[in-house]
Amino acid sequence: MTTATMDEPAPGTAARPPREPRPGLTSTIRRSWDRHWYAWAMVAPVVIVLAVLVFYPLGYGTYLSLTNANETNVAKDIGPVHIGASYHWVGLHNYWQVLSGKDGDFYPRLEWTIVWTVCCVAITYAIGLAMAMLLNRKVRFRLFYRLCLILPWAVPAFIGVFAWRLMLNSQYGVFNDIITSFGLPAQDWLGTPLSQKIAVIMVNIWVGVPFMMVALLGGLQSIPGELYEAAEMDGASPWQRFANVTVPGLRPVTSTVVLLSTVWTFNMFAIIYLLLGNNTTGDTDILVTYAYEKAFTGVSDYSGAATYGIVILLILVAFSTFYRRQLKSEQA
Amino acid sequence: MRRGISAVAMAAAIVLGVTACGGSGSDDKSDKGTAAKDPAAVSGTITYWDTSDAKNEAPTYQALIKDFEAKYPNIKVNYQNVDFTTVEQKFKAAAQSGKGAPDVVRTDVGLIPEYASLHYIAPLDGTAALSDTQDFVAGPMNTTKYEGKTYGVPSVTDTLGLLYNKDIFAKAGITAPPATWDELIADSATIKAKVPGVAGTYVNPDSYFLFPLLFGEGADLADPAGKKVTINSPEAVKAVTEAKKVYDTSSLKVDFASAYDNMQTSFKTGKVAMLIQGPWSVGDDLTGSAFQGKEANLGYAPVPAGSTGKALAPTGGHDLAVYQGSKNLDAAYLFTQFMTSSASQQQIALKNGTLPTRTSAYTAEVLKNQTIAGFKPIMDTARPRVALPQVGSLFTPLQQEYIKILQGKSSVKDGLDAAAKEFGKLLPGYTVQ
Repeated sequence: MTTATMDEPAPGTAARPPREPRPGLTSTIRRSWDRHWYAWAMVAPVVIVLAVLVFYPLGYGTYLSLTNANETNVAKDIGPVHIGASYHWVGLHNYWQVLSGKDGDFYPRLEWTIVWTVCCVAITYAIGLAMAMLLNRKVRFRLFYRLCLILPWAVPAFIGVFAWRLMLNSQYGVFNDIITSFGLPAQDWLGTPLSQKIAVIMVNIWVGVPFMMVALLGGLQSIPGELYEAAEMDGASPWQRFANVTVPGLRPVTSTVVLLSTVWTFNMFAIIYLLLGNNTTGDTDILVTYAYEKAFTGVSDYSGAATYGIVILLILVAFSTFYRRQLKSEQA
Repeated sequence: MRRGISAVAMAAAIVLGVTACGGSGSDDKSDKGTAAKDPAAVSGTITYWDTSDAKNEAPTYQALIKDFEAKYPNIKVNYQNVDFTTVEQKFKAAAQSGKGAPDVVRTDVGLIPEYASLHYIAPLDGTAALSDTQDFVAGPMNTTKYEGKTYGVPSVTDTLGLLYNKDIFAKAGITAPPATWDELIADSATIKAKVPGVAGTYVNPDSYFLFPLLFGEGADLADPAGKKVTINSPEAVKAVTEAKKVYDTSSLKVDFASAYDNMQTSFKTGKVAMLIQGPWSVGDDLTGSAFQGKEANLGYAPVPAGSTGKALAPTGGHDLAVYQGSKNLDAAYLFTQFMTSSASQQQIALKNGTLPTRTSAYTAEVLKNQTIAGFKPIMDTARPRVALPQVGSLFTPLQQEYIKILQGKSSVKDGLDAAAKEFGKLLPGYTVQ
């Protein structure tokens, strides 16, 4: 008798195994269900909501990205007329098209998306930190300043963006009115891809600074004052206090806001789309606006847009994982 | 324990219910267009999506709907105004799922091939929707055709023309509007020299406004008969070279992010002498300092001709289309017929100043409207765009390359070659030179 035959007794045989078998998966589940069914029932609503709102769309998007679905071949329910889906499975073809650079758009768009994200996050963080430091001291009308600086956050993004678009108008905008009144030549603020890129980064910083400032102000206020006093007693210069007390004290807040801000900026759709309108060369499109154009102009390319969506998701997941790990190893 | 199980069962039911919406398909087509019923016997409620300007134009359509309901008391019309810029995506999403789609939708003429190819809109040949078809002007009627069938009924039409400021022309000593693009460039130079602070024109960088130049050289986006992409043909290169020349020599500096608004503001305040524009813009022009109270100062002319000697511009406007999945097709057909009848079109023209699509609607009273009178002769220059479902997608790459060409980032030939390559990806089976 070999062990194999012992573990797999033929059906119908009453031969008892010599030792107690390890409980199978089903019996484990059953036992856990008997003991914890109430807990499962309690989390069920959350699980259902997550399944419907997150996992189903995500799974469906992944599935579409592996097909050649577009608007001409998906299933349609046109009243009494029902047209079945005729798209088919293409495996990783879409991903290959994108990642090998064959579609000709991915790498230029990715490059600009990274430049855009790094510039926006770095400058927004720097300005946010500077403002938080200013507002952390005792000055008169501190509350008033704080409220003013939070204002861009309170304005809906699209209204802020349209206001900028009007101000940057090369013929009728207020910026050119100001500089021409000083005798300087009028500028075409949104005239070339490069100036458009500078403009969108500028507006995104304007929108993003309040969040950074508020978050970092909270972080600064949680640093105990004693640390600064002790540093001062030891004769630390203001720069040394900043580098050795403020920066390490802010680390937990910094790591969170930089991660959040990176993800938001990477996918910041509204500012680029609304500030520049339709008359662009396409050089200013980041991955998200590019995917949007694929999905929502003319006959929609669902599989192409889904592929971009999944690729963007994977890039961000990879970034977050790497970033978290890096932070952990620094702290250790 | 029972309770727990039923919660899981419910979760499973919900998830299955959602996925079931994807559904499997059979290809059966329901029979439609049963023998024309007695119109008075048709009853029910239909939804109409109107895309006209909600403030200035919609009241005319709402008044007509009241008349319709009075004529057919058993039919109720649910009127909804949908923004023109978002209607395409909204309609397609609703039409695809069969939920919440309107029965009748006002559709830009350029979208008819796309909707028809996706089976969203019903062929109307032989239905009550089409009546007196001989009366329709040929240009707008052509926009309703896709693969030999009629998918819409023309409601209003428009085309591009040359609008000009007569005062500025008089000051510069120009007696007649330019008939060719080279004349436009020469006239712009005269205006620039003789009327300080005024530019000849303002080039709209939207690729739709490239059509008069392309058509004037006999070029087009693609050739469906020969299955060829023609946007980089020698004729097209010639046309875009001319466009670039106009942009370089005769245009006020274009602000690409706010091109349309700046163009309108510059023209109506008298900073620009001529524009390639459509009749929809006239209402706005008349609010500006150059034309307010001086309607006669606005001149209308056909677009300049290309080297073929022909002045041609794209046919625009709107058709009424009937959703293929409508639960009340008979009522939808009757409504479409009513809204596109000569009497309705006259009323729309009188109130809104848009151009009717029926010959009989150009009555003496309608022609008293300056815009309609001004654009009616120009309508003879209108010709339809190429009827491809992908036209909407083609505009994006053409737009991007056109702007690169205007900004001097790529040469005309390189830009159009790049656009042609993108066209090739969007038009399967087409050859690209």
